[in-house]
Amino acid sequence: MIKEFRLPDLGEGLTESEILSWKVAVGDTVSLNQVIAEVETAKAVVELPSPFAGVIRELHEQPGTVVEVGKPIVSFEVADDAGTAPAGHGALSRGVTPAGQRAAGEEPAAPKREPNLVGYGAVVESSGRPARRPRNLPQVAVPANEAPVRITPAETRAADATAPVVEPVETKVIEARAGVPSGDRPRSTPPVRKLARDHGVDLALVPGTGPAGLITREDVQEFLRQGSAAQAAAPAGQAHAGGEGERETRTPIKGVRKHTAAAMVSSAFTAPHVTEFLTVDVTPTMELLAKLRGSRAFAGLKLTPLTLAAKAVLIALRRNPSLNSRWDEVSQEIVTFNYVNLGIAAATPRGLTVPNIKDAHSLTLEQLAEALALLADTARSGKTPPADLSGGTVSITNIGVFGIDAGTPILNPGEAAILALGAVRSMPWEYRGEVALRQVMTLSLSFDHRLVDGEQGSRFLADVGAILAEPGMVLTMV
Amino acid sequence: MSTDETGQGGAQAHEGAGEFQEPGLSGVPVQKLVQLITPAGERVSHPEFDLWVQDITDEQLCSLFEDMTVIRRIDVEATALQRQGELALWPPLLGQEAAQIGSGRSLRGDDFVFSSYRENGVAYCRGVDLTDLLRVWRGNASGGWDPYAINMATPQIIIGAQTLHATGYAMGIQNDGTDSVAVTYFGDGATSEGDVNEAMVFAASFQAPVVFFCTNNHWAISEPVRLQSHIQLADRAAGFGIPSLRVDGNDVLAVMAATRVALDRARRGGGPTFIEAVTYRMGPHTTADDPTRYRDANELEDWAAKDPISRVAALLERKGLLTSELQDHVRNSADTVAREMRKGCTTMPDPQPMDVFKHVYSAPNSWLDRQQDHYARYLASFGDPAGAVSEEGAR
Repeated sequence: MIKEFRLPDLGEGLTESEILSWKVAVGDTVSLNQVIAEVETAKAVVELPSPFAGVIRELHEQPGTVVEVGKPIVSFEVADDAGTAPAGHGALSRGVTPAGQRAAGEEPAAPKREPNLVGYGAVVESSGRPARRPRNLPQVAVPANEAPVRITPAETRAADATAPVVEPVETKVIEARAGVPSGDRPRSTPPVRKLARDHGVDLALVPGTGPAGLITREDVQEFLRQGSAAQAAAPAGQAHAGGEGERETRTPIKGVRKHTAAAMVSSAFTAPHVTEFLTVDVTPTMELLAKLRGSRAFAGLKLTPLTLAAKAVLIALRRNPSLNSRWDEVSQEIVTFNYVNLGIAAATPRGLTVPNIKDAHSLTLEQLAEALALLADTARSGKTPPADLSGGTVSITNIGVFGIDAGTPILNPGEAAILALGAVRSMPWEYRGEVALRQVMTLSLSFDHRLVDGEQGSRFLADVGAILAEPGMVLTMV
Repeated sequence: MSTDETGQGGAQAHEGAGEFQEPGLSGVPVQKLVQLITPAGERVSHPEFDLWVQDITDEQLCSLFEDMTVIRRIDVEATALQRQGELALWPPLLGQEAAQIGSGRSLRGDDFVFSSYRENGVAYCRGVDLTDLLRVWRGNASGGWDPYAINMATPQIIIGAQTLHATGYAMGIQNDGTDSVAVTYFGDGATSEGDVNEAMVFAASFQAPVVFFCTNNHWAISEPVRLQSHIQLADRAAGFGIPSLRVDGNDVLAVMAATRVALDRARRGGGPTFIEAVTYRMGPHTTADDPTRYRDANELEDWAAKDPISRVAALLERKGLLTSELQDHVRNSADTVAREMRKGCTTMPDPQPMDVFKHVYSAPNSWLDRQQDHYARYLASFGDPAGAVSEEGAR
């Protein structure tokens, strides 16, 4: 027989989770408690152990999809009495249909709610509906004793017409109110009320899709989206027909992307950025790099231009401490750090992160090389501990690895400076009074003009440039 | 953040406490960690504590090994059940098996346990029905079992509140004039709670027969013990005038010896004892927690090397007792328990709406009867009683 496994509430009170990966494929034989998938909730990444011993018949959701709690995610073929749940147990046997009886692509029979399991309340509202999130109210399980307004079939149809034109809003108002159990004010949660207030949304106009008509964050966001879409569409007529969604892809703003966006906006609009550029002949640095790579002390270490540039930054910071500081708005003080936690922007599978190397100023070149390699590996595998992501004092972003020369980096919030390293290129360059083919790199430095004046910023950049142009110059600096 | 070699919660200055008690930061004597089995499985002798476990035969050692393995399996199975949607939540005890079995197995039937929500291994020692263990976590009941059936209160969710219950119960024992003991389990985080401090004040004042068993697993959800206490937790007891012991919580024999010392003192009218079992929560705080967000993977690795079960296995190996028969036997009993528990969980009948009136008062009363009657008629107004149940559950 076929048994379905529905996504459970993996935390306390979660409504959805993202399937990160399947560890099994259709046709695989699995044992009880064998890990079948990796799932990310708002709280954690967890492994799902198989609830049955049997053969995987169908994987209902692709990796990367966000699945509502209670939706079937995988079907098993199990021997008739091999299952762990007894026959007829509500939670697991309900909604089960023999594989042959269900046409491909057809929605599984609308499951009944499963009152015995916490977190399964969401099923009522969502399952059996189209994959698109329902935007209207009637399918909300209005408790029978609290439904003063009967929803007539006509109204239901009106509500089902989800084409986002402006008119139906009136209809929605009525329905939304009908779903509000006590009629005092629309049911929602404090953070969602704040979101609505911030965007000037009257919650009474927003249909709630949560349990018993609760207005969720998504509802408000969708209302805003529909509002703007409707406005945009109104003059043009039918621009936003539901059928042709393929022409654009909508990705929910969340996770690292969301944090990055918030950090960038806050940085760009609180710290007045100044960016300076300096192009340097780094041939001596590249020669030094080649020499060090061959030396015994650095055997097995990963040495890159970034390693030496990072060291140059650390040395230059010592002479220009204002670039290693923080604007403390609350206490109206400038905090100058006597240590350096060196942030390195890293592109990870989940987005941009800026882990930092603690007390980088005290590291030898070997230790720095090691720390940089470790930091990159950890970031790429997505295992950077939170402590490494906070407390940075100054950052480097290595855009050169993408073959880029220069840019205007945005400061990591709370830091005074960020240096972008360009690609090292062979270029015709002035050398001893003649044009020669030299290894050249552009440095782009952004700094917070509240903390750093043009003079200090320029001196710092010149120092870094001088070291990279002639590493021996360090002797004059330390 | 990492823990030091002995799992010390206090400041670094305490390291290197030698054979003799040395003054700590604030003049408080610093205790040496009691250990009878090393992480490598060597039995080390201890002049004082050896006496308390000299009756433990090879056979009993094997059964301690079995119990620890079984509760680890219970824990793994319950975690899987949560991931499969059969339980709402589960607080794993992974890594704390020795602390729970060593102490739980030292108790007498007439002793009474007041635990936190993580002492599922202790409950197992008390003979709890496996289905009862899961009842609350499945959301099927507000309490899992009859406390008087196994002399263990149902787990306390409020951090540290059970210590007050234990002290009160112990004062009752004094009035009864018996020699049983109240044992309360709580974590390192609970020692920061007012309740625990109040319980210790009262226990000391009345010299009540209570054992304060503090499982220092190093993390109060995401708060490291180091931040909560600048001295070792065991040393806090001195401030209350309560003698304390600090044991390797991953060493089942050391935990057993310490618990027996404390129980013996209580039975003889010597009053309360505080035991700090230094161990580590290898898993998340609950199934809804992600410890990788706040702690270092290296720390986990360090503690994996001190695993409570592998060190007993290593000791049995040294003694030539770790036969394949023993291993098969242990595996089978763990499998049997897991199977039984899973069956009990998935076949547990749903609670009925009228069940909320049960266990509210010890005796029926007219006021409750009236409410019950109203509620029954309200449910009946839906016609189909099963339908009424569903509607209720939907909300």
